[in-house]
Amino acid sequence: MSVRSKVIEAIQQIAKEQHVTLPPLSDDLSLHETGFDSLAFAILVARLEDETGVDPFTIAEDAAFPSTVGDFVRAYENVPA
Amino acid sequence: MSPREIFALRDHLGAELKGRTLSDAHDVVSLTGILSQTVLGGRLHELSGRAVLLKLSDQLRSGIAMIELDGIARRMLLCPPDLNPAHLDALIADAGIDAVVTDAPASWAETGVSLVVTAQLPLQAAAPAKTERATEWLMLTSGTSGVPKIVGHTLEALTGAIVAEGPAQGPAPVWATFYDIRRYGGLQIFLRAILSGGSMVLSDPHEALADHVARLKARGVSHISGTPSHWRKLLMSGSAAQFAPGYVRLSGEIADQAVLDGLKAAFPNSSVGHAYASTEAGVGFAVNDGLEGFPASYLGDRNGVEMKVVDGSLRIRSTRTAHAYIGRNAAALTDGDGFVDSGDIVELRGDRYYFVGRRGGIINIGGLKVHPEEIEAAINRHPDVRMSRAKSRRSPITGGIVVADVILADGTDQARVKEIRDQILDQCRAQLASHKVPAVIRFVEALDVTPAGKLARTDA
Repeated sequence: MSVRSKVIEAIQQIAKEQHVTLPPLSDDLSLHETGFDSLAFAILVARLEDETGVDPFTIAEDAAFPSTVGDFVRAYENVPA
Repeated sequence: MSPREIFALRDHLGAELKGRTLSDAHDVVSLTGILSQTVLGGRLHELSGRAVLLKLSDQLRSGIAMIELDGIARRMLLCPPDLNPAHLDALIADAGIDAVVTDAPASWAETGVSLVVTAQLPLQAAAPAKTERATEWLMLTSGTSGVPKIVGHTLEALTGAIVAEGPAQGPAPVWATFYDIRRYGGLQIFLRAILSGGSMVLSDPHEALADHVARLKARGVSHISGTPSHWRKLLMSGSAAQFAPGYVRLSGEIADQAVLDGLKAAFPNSSVGHAYASTEAGVGFAVNDGLEGFPASYLGDRNGVEMKVVDGSLRIRSTRTAHAYIGRNAAALTDGDGFVDSGDIVELRGDRYYFVGRRGGIINIGGLKVHPEEIEAAINRHPDVRMSRAKSRRSPITGGIVVADVILADGTDQARVKEIRDQILDQCRAQLASHKVPAVIRFVEALDVTPAGKLARTDA
């Protein structure tokens, strides 16, 4: 499974658990518009760390938290192996 | 006016009751003739008036030494088996120890303790001793890092709850506990066995659970106590099926509804009760209605135990509490009015109080305080869950999130694991505020339990 599909699947799973109705997940959708609050993002980052072994937001000290869905997915895609 | 009569343990051990025993995995000692025997090689008289450290590798000799020393020594400090040797010097200094009872006398040769007495089996014949004084019982607190605190009790305080309940009905009980009798919870059971005219079967840390249960059954154990963690382990082991005690008791940790229901199902013909006690606060109360928590009517003055809730924590004043912390820099054990702050946080829901956790065990989730025990109780309500542990995990987004390790019942179909995870999360969302719902649930095979029988919370 590609990194992108893992991220998207995790977002959809958490949305279901949190009873959040997601808009279509296009790359330029701002994370704010997903309807996720900070707790939902914290859950997402923790689960993706368990699944992929990386937490791109803790590794890089200067990493700015992404602002769009595309940026978020790329943060996982761009982690050096 | 004559001085008040002092009762020591030996005064509860008459010769009239036959067949009483104290046993472990290796030896059986008759309690019936115990007063004319000695585990101390006949050297009890040398320990008269001394402050004695009781440091033995087994519970059986420890229990017999307690019977001998009570009423003779000025003080006796009980060392649990997991005591960190690095803390011994500080404890010896704080308790003013001037004698030791040990089974490893060579290791004491170079120390400053002047009198070393060896405890040994088999017992030897000795003239019965007479009670000379009220011995101060010193116990160590569990669960703290650093040097444990020394808590001072009298036999009268330690046995207050047992005496208040009155003699047991029916045949003399055979008591057992998963605890070590050198800790408060285990000592309570040992004292119950002595005062009730019954027998006791001791635990052995090196024995497999199935062998332990077989031994409990073979010795006819009728009354047994342990922490909820001990009981969950027993329920998970599948060994409970061969065992049918009349009375099952829980203490030392929060008894949630899941473990109470689990025990009721495993032991349909037993009474299941949970007791509230701590080394400092003594025995507070027992709850026998099968429900978690306790009736709000228990607050106030009840059977000589006064309880109140201040700043969310349970405070207790009674003649059963310890009388002091012992040592040079010891803090006060009670407040100005004589109440012990248990540090156990309770919450009133309807007409019942529920334990939500320890004040010191709070985890921080994004700036909000969370008791892991409250989350575990919600998870444990799922019928396929045997045991769980909640803890915090660092999060770059919120600072911290809740994660939970969960043990499923034996033989749970692996194909159902994802469905169970979703059900646990649904259940938590229905019962808990959103920041308390675990972000991640991990299924594990085992969870660590401390030597004191409590779920290990090293990172809490």
